Amino acid sequence: MQLALFCAFSILTLVFAAGVVFLRNPVSSAMSLVMSFIGLAALFVTLDAYFIAVVQVLVYAGAVMVLFLFIIMLLDLREEKQRSVKLAAWVGGGIVIGGFVSSLAKVIASLPALQVTKPALSQPGINDVAAIGETLFRNYNLPFQIIGVLLLVSTIGVVVLSRKELK
Amino acid sequence: MPTLAHYLLVSGLLFSLGLAGVLLRRNILVIFMGLELMLNAANLSLVSFSRFNLMDGLPNYNAQVFVFFIITVAAAEVAVGLAIIVALFRAKQTIHVEDLDTLKF
Repeated sequence: MQLALFCAFSILTLVFAAGVVFLRNPVSSAMSLVMSFIGLAALFVTLDAYFIAVVQVLVYAGAVMVLFLFIIMLLDLREEKQRSVKLAAWVGGGIVIGGFVSSLAKVIASLPALQVTKPALSQPGINDVAAIGETLFRNYNLPFQIIGVLLLVSTIGVVVLSRKELK
Repeated sequence: MPTLAHYLLVSGLLFSLGLAGVLLRRNILVIFMGLELMLNAANLSLVSFSRFNLMDGLPNYNAQVFVFFIITVAAAEVAVGLAIIVALFRAKQTIHVEDLDTLKF
């Protein structure tokens, strides 16, 4: 049962991720990115990371994708014209990606430490929002504050960048 | 039951699809979406390591806090990057990376 769910969600994620790369229309790419993120959130649920799954849907499938679609609308993008395919780019990219995937598969298959199934949790229903909040505010308080400053800086940067006249 | 190797393989495939998007596409927005896919692949591997290496019978929440930080930084990065793309489009009227060759030698 668990394996079937894992297979279904990972196939959903990977098929729509392939759609992002190979669909010609940018709007279709963005829509398949949303589906890929939702599949990924389901994979997080199978790993008992409920908080991360919810944040994934809210932040990525919600906020980030609205931003992408808004920019696509703003730039008024059409379907890409068929341009001359650069053979060198496709061959080079294929070699890089194929080499990466094959070496990764080799490493994963050769390590016996990775062939473990999920160990059982100490209690069945875990309260992971409380646990993450405690870790965040107890052990990672300074990085948390720095992230707040980063968000402020990026907000100001976006406002400056999108003014009509860049000085 | 899926093993850790299964999750890592899915994460690696997702990463390579994002890499393919960055290397093969010439629309700068789709290149950006490929970057997002690669960040999410890293998140998936972090969450699976957190679930498979228990601490006191609970998942290792340090990894999940790290994922939370990655998501925050990625959101900030998307906002700034898209603003840069809009400014670029205003200046050059194109988002094809082949037409943006001013810095090319």
